[in-house]
Amino acid sequence: MTRPTVDIRPTTQPPLPPSRPLTHFFTRPQVIALAAVLLVNWILFPGFFTITWQDGRFFGSLIDVLNRGAPVAILAIGMTMVIATKGVDLSVGAVMAISGAVAAVMVSSGYPAWIAVLAALGTGLICGLWNGILVTVLEIQPIIATLVLMVAGRGLAQLVTEGYIVTFSDPVLIFIGTGSFLGFPMPVVIAAVMMIAATLIVRRTALGLLIEAVGVNRSAARFAGLSAGALLLIVYTFAGLCAAISGLIVAGDIRGADANNAGLWLELDAILAVVIGGTSLMGGRFSIPMAVLGAMIIQAMNTGILISGFSPQFNLVVKSAVIIVILVMQSPLSAQLFRRRTPPGASK
Amino acid sequence: MNVFKTLALGAGLSGLLLSAAYAEGLQGKVIGFSQIGSESGWRAAETSVTKQVAAELGIDLKFADAQQKQENQIKAIRGFIAQGVDAILVAPVVATGWEEVLTEAKEANIPVVLLDRGIEGPEDLYLTSVASDQVKEGRVAGEWLVGAVGDKQCNVVELQGTVGSSPAINRKQGFEEALAGKANLTITRSQTGDFTRSKGKEVMEGFIKAEDGGKNICAVYAHNDDMAVGAIQAIKDAGLKPGTDILVVSIDAVPDIFAAMVAGEANATVELTPNMAGPAFAALDAYLNNGTVPEKFIITESKLYTPADDPQGEYDRRKGLGY
Repeated sequence: MTRPTVDIRPTTQPPLPPSRPLTHFFTRPQVIALAAVLLVNWILFPGFFTITWQDGRFFGSLIDVLNRGAPVAILAIGMTMVIATKGVDLSVGAVMAISGAVAAVMVSSGYPAWIAVLAALGTGLICGLWNGILVTVLEIQPIIATLVLMVAGRGLAQLVTEGYIVTFSDPVLIFIGTGSFLGFPMPVVIAAVMMIAATLIVRRTALGLLIEAVGVNRSAARFAGLSAGALLLIVYTFAGLCAAISGLIVAGDIRGADANNAGLWLELDAILAVVIGGTSLMGGRFSIPMAVLGAMIIQAMNTGILISGFSPQFNLVVKSAVIIVILVMQSPLSAQLFRRRTPPGASK
Repeated sequence: MNVFKTLALGAGLSGLLLSAAYAEGLQGKVIGFSQIGSESGWRAAETSVTKQVAAELGIDLKFADAQQKQENQIKAIRGFIAQGVDAILVAPVVATGWEEVLTEAKEANIPVVLLDRGIEGPEDLYLTSVASDQVKEGRVAGEWLVGAVGDKQCNVVELQGTVGSSPAINRKQGFEEALAGKANLTITRSQTGDFTRSKGKEVMEGFIKAEDGGKNICAVYAHNDDMAVGAIQAIKDAGLKPGTDILVVSIDAVPDIFAAMVAGEANATVELTPNMAGPAFAALDAYLNNGTVPEKFIITESKLYTPADDPQGEYDRRKGLGY
C-alpha cells in the first residue's frame, strides 16, 4: 500500500494493521465533532452529562440524545448500504409512517402484537423490495425510483389509518418505543444491536466488499462476475426493513401512528448522518458505525438546542452552521491541512 | 371511517350545534364547498361537521377536495359557478391569487363565504368570512392558567407550533397578553414542537431535564393538543404526574385531549370549533332569504373545556368526526 507522497510522517504501524489503534478513532473528524457538540451542550447546560437511575432505567440528557437519535441511526444503517451502492433511498420516512400505521391499525383491530410487528416489518420489506425492483429491473435512477414511494407512501399510510392518528395501548408496541433493557431505552438497544449485527455481517463476510464494488462501478462489478442486481435488491430491502423498525419505534413512542408526521423529513436526516459519517454519495467506501455516530451528532445538536433556551427561530441556523463546519472538517482540503488523511480504502 | 358510524356518532354534536335559530330557509339550496384537503384531523372534522350540518338543513352540498392545491380550488369554484349554485363556501389554501375567480363568482351573483382562513384582496369579493380568533384562543388559555394558579409562583414552559405559522405566532401572543402583568407567572422556556406529538414529547423531555427534572416547571402550555399529548407522556416518563405536578393547558379540543382529561392528565383546552359551516349557513340563510348582509368577519367562539365539562361525553361526541 503506497501512501501519498506529501505524507512524510514516519509510520510506526504496519501498512494494514488488523485493528487500528484507538488514537486513530479519536482523531476522526466525526468523533471530534461529536465531542465538540457535547462540550457545547455541557457549557450551555451544566447538568448535561448527569445521568441518574430512576424507575429502573437511566435518566438524563445524554440518554435522551441516544434515545431520540435511535430512529435516525437505524435509518442511517440501511441508508449507508444504499448510498455505498451509489444509490439513495428517499422513501424511508414514508415507509416509517406506513409500518407504524400498519402495526397500529392491526393491534387496534384486535390482532396480537407479534403479528402486528411482523406485518409492519413485512410491509417494510415489501416497500424496500419495490424500490429495489424499480432500481434494478426497471433501471430507474434511485433518486427518482424512491421518490415515488416517498410521495405515495405517506398517502398509503394515510389510507391505512384513514387519516386519523390511530392510538393504541398494546404493551408490546409501547415497549418497543418506550421500554428499557438493562437500564437503556429499547430504541437504543435495538439501534446498537442492529449496528453491531450489520457491521459484522458486512465486514466479516465479503458482502461489504461486494457492495463497495457495485458502488464504485456497477458494470465492472457485473463483469467481474458479481450479481449486482441481486445485491441492490438486498440492500434496498434492508433499508426498507430498517425504516419499518424505526417506524415501529416512533409509533410506540407516542402510542399512536401519526401518518402525517411520522418520519417526516427523516430521510434527509438519515442521508445527512451517512454523509457526516464520511460515506460518499458517489458510492464505494462506507462505514456503518460512523453513520450511526453521524446520527448522534445531529441529535446531540437537536437536544442541545432544546435545552439551551435559544429561541426556536435559531434552530435551523445553528444546525446548518454546525453541519457546514463538520463537512468542511471532512473535506480533502482540511484533511490535508490537518495531515490526517487516511489512504483511500483503508477506512472501513 | 365508515360513513354511517360518522353520522351516528356525530349526530350528538350536530344536535348541539344546530339551534332553532336556523329556519328551514336553506332547504333544497345548492351550496358548493371547496375544502383544502384533509391534512389534519381538525380539517377532516371540519369536513364531516359541514356535511352533517348541511344534511340536517336539507342543503344539497357539492363537496370538492382540493388536495392542498389552489388550482384545484379555483377549478372547483369555476365548476360551482358553471353549475349555478346558490352559494359557495371556500376554505382558501393560500391567501393570495383569488381576485379573478371570486370576481367571476361575484359577476354571477353567487355569494362566497370564506371558512377558517382569510384572503388578501378587496373585501367586496366575498360575503363574509368565518374564522376563529387565534389570539383570543391563546388569551383564553392564559386566563385559565392565571386563574388556576392564583398567587402561587409558577414557571410555565411553552410548546410552540411550527415556527412562523400564524397559529403559532397568534396563540403565543394571546397567551403572553393574558400573562402580562402577572409577576408570579413567567414563561421560562419556549420551543417549537412543530404541532406534532413526537416533537412535543421530545421538546418536553428536554425541558424537564433542563429544569431540574421538572421540579421547576409548574405548567406547560402547548399551541395544540397533539403536542400536549406528547408532553403528557414525557412528564409521565420523568416520574411526574401530568395534571397535578405539572398543569397541562392546550388549544384545539381534539378527542384525545379529552381522553387525557378523563385520566386526570390534562387540565384545560380551548376549542377551535370544526363547525365553521354552521355560522356560515346562518349568514347565508339571512342573506339569501332576507337580504341581510352579515358582518364581514364572523368570529367563532373560543370555548374553554376543563375536566368539569364532561370530558368523557366530549370525547364520545368528537371521536367519530374524523379528528
